[in-house]
Amino acid sequence: MVDPVSASGSLPAVTLTDQLGPVVAMRRLTESQYRNSIADVFGPEIKVAGRFEPIVRPTNELISVATAESTISPAGLEQFDAMARNIANQVIDSANRDLFVKCTPADAKQPDPNCASEVLTPIGRHLFRRPLTVAERDAYVKIAGNAVGPTGSFYDGLKLSLAGMLVSPNFLYVVERAQPDSAHPGAITLDNYSRASRLSFLLWDTTPNAALLDAASQGRLTNQAELTAIVRRMVTSPLIENGVRAFFTDMLLFEKFEDMTKDPMVFPRYNPDVANALPEQLLRTIVDLLVTQDGDYREMFTTRKTFVNRALGPLYEVPVSQSQGWVPYEFGPNDDRAGILGQAAFLSPGEAQQGRSSPTIRGRAIREVLLCQAVPNPPGNVSFDEFEKKDNKAKPTARMRLATHSENSVCSGCHSITDPIGLALEKFDGIGAFRAMENGAIIDTTGVLDGVTFNTVAGLGKAIGANKAATQCVAARAFEYATGRTNRDNDALVTALEEAFTADKYRFPALLMRIATMPETYRVPSPKPDAGSAKVASLTSSDQQGAKP
Amino acid sequence: MKMELSRRTALKGVLNGMAVTVAVPFLDCFLDSNGEALAATGAPLPTRFGTWFWGLGVNPPRWYPKNFGPDYDISVELEPIRALKQKINIFGNFNIPLDGNPNLPHGTGGPSIRSGAAPAAGGRSPGASFDVLISDVVGTRTRFRALDASATGDSRNSLSGRGNGNLNPAEGTAAGLYTRVFGPGFRDPNSATFTPDPMLLARQSVLSGVGDQRKALEAGLGASDKRRLDQYFTSLRQLEKQIEVELTKPEPLKACVVPGKAGESRPASSDIDNVIHNHNLMADLLVMALACDNTRVFNLSFNQGASGLTRQGSTITHHQLTHEEVLDNRLGYQPNVTFFVNKIMESWAYFVKALDSVKEGDRTLLDNTIVFAHSETEFAKFHTIDNIPMMTAGSGGGRIKTGIYVDGGGTPVSRLGLTLQQAMGVPVDRWGSKGLETNKPIKEIVV
Repeated sequence: MVDPVSASGSLPAVTLTDQLGPVVAMRRLTESQYRNSIADVFGPEIKVAGRFEPIVRPTNELISVATAESTISPAGLEQFDAMARNIANQVIDSANRDLFVKCTPADAKQPDPNCASEVLTPIGRHLFRRPLTVAERDAYVKIAGNAVGPTGSFYDGLKLSLAGMLVSPNFLYVVERAQPDSAHPGAITLDNYSRASRLSFLLWDTTPNAALLDAASQGRLTNQAELTAIVRRMVTSPLIENGVRAFFTDMLLFEKFEDMTKDPMVFPRYNPDVANALPEQLLRTIVDLLVTQDGDYREMFTTRKTFVNRALGPLYEVPVSQSQGWVPYEFGPNDDRAGILGQAAFLSPGEAQQGRSSPTIRGRAIREVLLCQAVPNPPGNVSFDEFEKKDNKAKPTARMRLATHSENSVCSGCHSITDPIGLALEKFDGIGAFRAMENGAIIDTTGVLDGVTFNTVAGLGKAIGANKAATQCVAARAFEYATGRTNRDNDALVTALEEAFTADKYRFPALLMRIATMPETYRVPSPKPDAGSAKVASLTSSDQQGAKP
Repeated sequence: MKMELSRRTALKGVLNGMAVTVAVPFLDCFLDSNGEALAATGAPLPTRFGTWFWGLGVNPPRWYPKNFGPDYDISVELEPIRALKQKINIFGNFNIPLDGNPNLPHGTGGPSIRSGAAPAAGGRSPGASFDVLISDVVGTRTRFRALDASATGDSRNSLSGRGNGNLNPAEGTAAGLYTRVFGPGFRDPNSATFTPDPMLLARQSVLSGVGDQRKALEAGLGASDKRRLDQYFTSLRQLEKQIEVELTKPEPLKACVVPGKAGESRPASSDIDNVIHNHNLMADLLVMALACDNTRVFNLSFNQGASGLTRQGSTITHHQLTHEEVLDNRLGYQPNVTFFVNKIMESWAYFVKALDSVKEGDRTLLDNTIVFAHSETEFAKFHTIDNIPMMTAGSGGGRIKTGIYVDGGGTPVSRLGLTLQQAMGVPVDRWGSKGLETNKPIKEIVV
């Protein structure tokens, strides 16, 4: 039996002999999935240079859900095409050629279908996450041969054909296909290769390795016992860190860091090194707690343990390490900082409010991102007349200025659910640096979340952790992340997930394990009306005559 | 063609990405006697369409002219366009009926104007933007169907897309825009020699091979995924088109003066001085991309809807100021917000002038273009979305009248999208949905 966790031990490259089932979803590769796929298939030294068409996040949804609706514009494909040719050039370039081109063409200036097939068939299996069909293999061999004409080089033909694979929708989209569900007659479920992709992108944020593809080809991923064994090994692999990072990058809206800028005159302690360090600090904290320590998810909001590098020293006013790298750091029990809410990455607001802190925006982020509770937008005709006298000496702090909202019934409905949370974070300014006073007045950090009061960040963190909405939120998000579908209509499923999470003592890898082994994760909800006519690509057995061009 | 070489040599050094016209008389032979068509083929000079977006509106009483109609008076905030006003239309009193959809702060105006539908939720456009519909008609013969750029460097700052969550990503740097247009693959239309790159022929066959997989992929696909796959193959066709264009010797174009390199960009930042600098570089490159007929459609964003622009040394963004700055009772407006409005209008004037400084026969590039400029709010302090400031510059080769301040009389803003689509040759007589559905083009500017 092949161990799916070790990358070695692949079956010989073959073309697909079974029929391809109906397509039930197409999820566009994210930037990190693309980069990780290229690194895993061709090696980390292959550079991916280019700009990725962004996948737009729908309000209060995961980008992962948007991938299932995302299209590729002409400008986006132009970029993918340029990247593809660049990657293919590096792969077939003389320096790397021996790794991928094991055969020697009879004449390097002529097409050689056999050698081209030998090279492209195994690469195609990795890029398309399933064996090529005979028709596909023949097509790419033909493309390679045709390209020899104008270029006069067998190797240039290979490069161009490989570039063709890399712009194919079969690579740029994770194409999910279904088959009848033997456990539930009449229902359909994801087929083995689609499961391999789900597992690999969910748990490791990358393309399925050879061993996982082998397991798929042997039908092991539709066997519950085998599936469980494989998932267990994947969840306990060090690569799970990549999956956890990718999930929280999505859940915590990290795209905001791509465009975040701060005025250096106003925030002298903010610079590009700090900007790059902020999301990394947050991810290191999360990975250490959830993966390395296999800790309780709720402690994410209270832990004093984090990591700092030199860039962050001045921002946090902690001793700066001589080394360039990251070092563990633990805030004292009485420090104002605790949990991820006390980290600058969380405290730095987005572009529109970059200048200073906003208890409303922070409170809203906690509601929407951590508790999955949508907060309504302010009314379009909102008037800031009462709030705008911010330089008024009578109202030096945000609390005093925001009090205006509670006096106005139009505002108080929403502000009462955001501001009392965000006010607990007011001792941190617009970039998350500590301050005790605002405009010369002492900052009062008393706050309340759903009836629980606190006056420290740690207290707020404890209240969030103890709130059922927080653990339910992350469990629901993880399921959405795995499937690319929202599941807000399925209360029973969300409740069951949260109960399982509770039973697992809120250990995140255990949650991923549950999700990756649940039949619901692979069940195809209700077949799309026009998907039933499962036409299949015309395939022939690889050992038939057409196999060897 | 020795003169070609000397001409290029003469231009070298004069140019730094700027739109500069240097009279080179012999090249006029490429135009017919009226200067309106290419002599070789008789094909008319191309008509271009573009958009120019800015966020957070204006101070309406200080921006709109006092009187409707032609030869409008210039209010204080429109002062930068005074010299060009005969080529610019102003549109006032056009509304966005919401029909129960929310007024998403800074999120409703832009998509409603561009797609003719008010979005139900934030984050994505409710339908195809009309610049895309225009590019489907006029953009199919050029190397790029459209070029998109964002002066703030944010590639997500785009109102152009086909709906469905798709958004045409914007170039965020002048260097990126330069490489894309004038880097490898660019063919100087005025070059004496033309040697098609054999690699292009090979790439063409590769892409057609990828296209051949369409049938196999479409088998058993649901309707919505099929639409998405259709969009992929539309993009693939554009890529093939691009290669086809690069394989064809281009028509000589006198106005095309290939910039030697992109000017030095400043780092993407919220500082308005940097944004202006980068905007001007992008404007110059877009102008030349049009003059060299590498694209006929473009979208340029100056800032975002909820603009994060700052003045150096200030903690408060343009957006925060619109809400928090006190209306100065004596002045009647917010002075710090108005600083940004003025800078934005100066930048708009820079862009229009750059187009107008390129001669195409008897006309200018601006005359052969329609640029549609708009914001996403009228008065940002209150997020008002009726009477959002909008302009057009240029007549698109005489396809619309110019120099008019048009009174929309409270009719839907989508009339502008309909009118401009029709002017650019899109076969459409009714556009928009719900309260934004209209079949009434704006007669005042229709020729």
